[in-house]
Amino acid sequence: MKAKTIDRIATGIIYALVSVVVLILLFLLGFILIKGVPHISWKFLTSPAQAFIAGGGIGDQLFNSFYLLILTLLISFPIALGAGIYLSEYAPKNWVTNLVRITIEVLSSLPSVVVGLFGFLLFVVQFKLGFSIISGAIALTFFNLPLLTRSIENSLSAVPDLQREAGLSLGLSKWKTVTRVIFPIALPGIITGIILSAGRVFGEAAALIFTAGQSAPAINYADWNPFNGTSPLNIFRPAETLAVHIWKINTEGIMPDANQVSAGASAVLVIAVLVFNLLARFIGARLYRKITAGK
Amino acid sequence: MKNYDLTEQSILKLPADTEIVVETKDLQVFYGTNHAMHDASLQFPRYSITALIGASGSGKSTYLRSINRMNDGIARVEGQIMYRDLNLNSKDVDVYQMRRRIGMVFQRPNPFAKSIYENIAFPLREMGIKNKQEIRATVEKSLKQAALWDEVKDDLKRSALSLSGGQQQRLCIARALAMSPDILLLDEPASALDPISSAKLELTLQELKKDYTIIIVTHSMQQASRLSDYTAFFHMGHVIEFDRTQKIFTNPTTRITEDYISGNFG
Amino acid sequence: MDQIKNELTHKSKASKQDVRGRTIAFICIAVIMLVVLSILFMITSRGLSTFIQDKVPVSDFFTKTVWNPSAVDANGHYLVGALPMIVGSFSVTILAALLATPFAIATAVFMTEISPKRGQRILQPVIELLVGIPSVVYGFIGLTVVVPLTRQLFGGTGFGILSGTFVLFVMVLPTITSMYIDSLKSVPRFYREASLALGATRWQTISRVVIRASVPGLLTAIVFGMARAFGEALAVQMVIGNAALLPHNLLSPASTLTSVLTTGIGNTVMGTLPNNALWTLALILLVMSLLFNLLTRYIGRKGGLK
Repeated sequence: MKAKTIDRIATGIIYALVSVVVLILLFLLGFILIKGVPHISWKFLTSPAQAFIAGGGIGDQLFNSFYLLILTLLISFPIALGAGIYLSEYAPKNWVTNLVRITIEVLSSLPSVVVGLFGFLLFVVQFKLGFSIISGAIALTFFNLPLLTRSIENSLSAVPDLQREAGLSLGLSKWKTVTRVIFPIALPGIITGIILSAGRVFGEAAALIFTAGQSAPAINYADWNPFNGTSPLNIFRPAETLAVHIWKINTEGIMPDANQVSAGASAVLVIAVLVFNLLARFIGARLYRKITAGK
Repeated sequence: MKNYDLTEQSILKLPADTEIVVETKDLQVFYGTNHAMHDASLQFPRYSITALIGASGSGKSTYLRSINRMNDGIARVEGQIMYRDLNLNSKDVDVYQMRRRIGMVFQRPNPFAKSIYENIAFPLREMGIKNKQEIRATVEKSLKQAALWDEVKDDLKRSALSLSGGQQQRLCIARALAMSPDILLLDEPASALDPISSAKLELTLQELKKDYTIIIVTHSMQQASRLSDYTAFFHMGHVIEFDRTQKIFTNPTTRITEDYISGNFG
Repeated sequence: MDQIKNELTHKSKASKQDVRGRTIAFICIAVIMLVVLSILFMITSRGLSTFIQDKVPVSDFFTKTVWNPSAVDANGHYLVGALPMIVGSFSVTILAALLATPFAIATAVFMTEISPKRGQRILQPVIELLVGIPSVVYGFIGLTVVVPLTRQLFGGTGFGILSGTFVLFVMVLPTITSMYIDSLKSVPRFYREASLALGATRWQTISRVVIRASVPGLLTAIVFGMARAFGEALAVQMVIGNAALLPHNLLSPASTLTSVLTTGIGNTVMGTLPNNALWTLALILLVMSLLFNLLTRYIGRKGGLK
């Protein structure tokens, strides 16, 4: 009898704890969306931020976030792909490879603020790039590389060896086999990995405050020449992102509507991450079906 | 398991005028420190089917995969693999060129995740054939040779993965044939197929014998006896007996082979 | 026939291609190695200059409690006592992990042992979402909800270790949970069946068999969570109060290594002691991250032996 009572009590406790976890998430989402969404408007999403008066938007920050994300993916994807291919297809099973794997794991477990500080030291100070989009994109690349590499490696390794043997037995080089046979099959997994990493990169702030900077100088959206200072595409201008903006106005913001702006920006950020997550699931599943089932 | 004398061997000496396409001399295979294949010396006559039989773990697949060096990087192979007066087991041989001359089909069908047409056209293009007509003609010819053409000719754009297992395996054979190899290595090609597909596959192989030299690993003794001209029996990493198939299945020389064939094994 | 022989003994396009491909792939991995090595090297050399260049005694740095790097005390020693931040970092990390562990165990057990179906449908997305929410959003909610709530319930300013703990608790919860789920899933099915067949209740089976078998996995998960908490910067910085003082209690404003770093690095001049001292804090973060890494490896190996 006693064991049964304990069983019931324990189950009750577990249910209670789990409910708390679910409630926390519901509260978080509810809070952000209820407080933030009403503040989101076309004007809010497109107009520049204000430092002292109410009514500022997040237009530049939003653009900066996406621009940095795209640059980061452009830099990190090729490197991660090469590294993933090396680890899954070429790396011999020995202590050197082991050490390489440990090193990548170390990089993935470094606090993002440390990665950001390194980027600051190397690019902002040493290479005299100043607070700039390119410094930020490279810092985010360092932050993104280990996870992306691992997800690519896993996707490639999950492809059955039968496919490798098929390629090799036809006299295809290993490289061709990987790039033309294995890679397309692994693509759904790789894309899912990229989108999930995009979500992480999009919300990252600590690695950016000392690399891409905390200011968003006015951008002239009519000027698409990347060599001009106020062009949106200029990679040497400082660029505060959405996530950094939220941090900034909450620590030293003095505009009267700091709270509403933060809520609106947080809602945008969370919705973006949600969309990335859903997209990853949807596109991954769809591509997978397309590649395996033919039509 | 009974204790057999593994040095008791009986290897048929082929007549001097037989044209030998490929031959292994004292082939040794090591997985790390595990000596998986001992002194395998066999000759394979042109336009014949040779079946490699033996219990699982006897080394027959290991032997087969060593011939076109699919064991590179997995195992260490010593000894000679002679093909046209050339030792294939040497650094000077370009494995990629060599594998085009010695095609291989595996236990489980492994078509690429591409269309039926592309499964054959893609490796052809990689081989350097650019002419579209030529590629189209080769695709058709090899699909016909593999007895798949009639079933798929109307829908070559279809994904190869939507074919049945038996069709997939014949596609893999067609793909190997498209490279116009001399030799076709087959590693238990029917083991993943149902009996009907399997019978169809055997018919195809009988036809192919006219133009190719075929070496096939099989665990089915019926298949070996129906299909092959020569049979090699492997046991625990040794070649025990090599002879005409009829001889091996009716009057084997060694006691091990006899026990294996009559089902008294182990 | 000689033509074929010739063909077979000459390097083909394919084999050249392979050398090229292998080289490209190797360069990519080498780039990552180089990045990690440069991070380790640069942060270490910067971090050590406080001790080497500015001759600050190591023991002072780790035991003194006054942090005011731009000033000196009566004896001319720099005031770089990092103990308050070290205590702050460890307090929030350990408290957050302690608080999160029961919730993580309950959630993971629920998802694998009690109701896998509902767990998969409801809790899996919950956990994924919690992982996905950016840390500045946690910081913002901490600032607008947790801090005022703490202030009302316990008095004080609301900024401090307690608020930091709450924010980090929510942040490490999904990390610990999802890692522990993997570990529970790898406990063989027949353990459970054997136990249930012997007449044990579900809870007896869970507590005595399943959880016991997955202790190494749980420890690894907790250490991972702690590593995340220890390195988290902005969310903590927004709610902890940023006073470089040794915390008296959970409610007094405090600071962590990361919070001092994020607020300070932009306001100091490269190469000066106040700046070097901050790099030393970064070095501590780096070393701790390596230690957490080693610890999970050690637990993994020990657990693997069992």
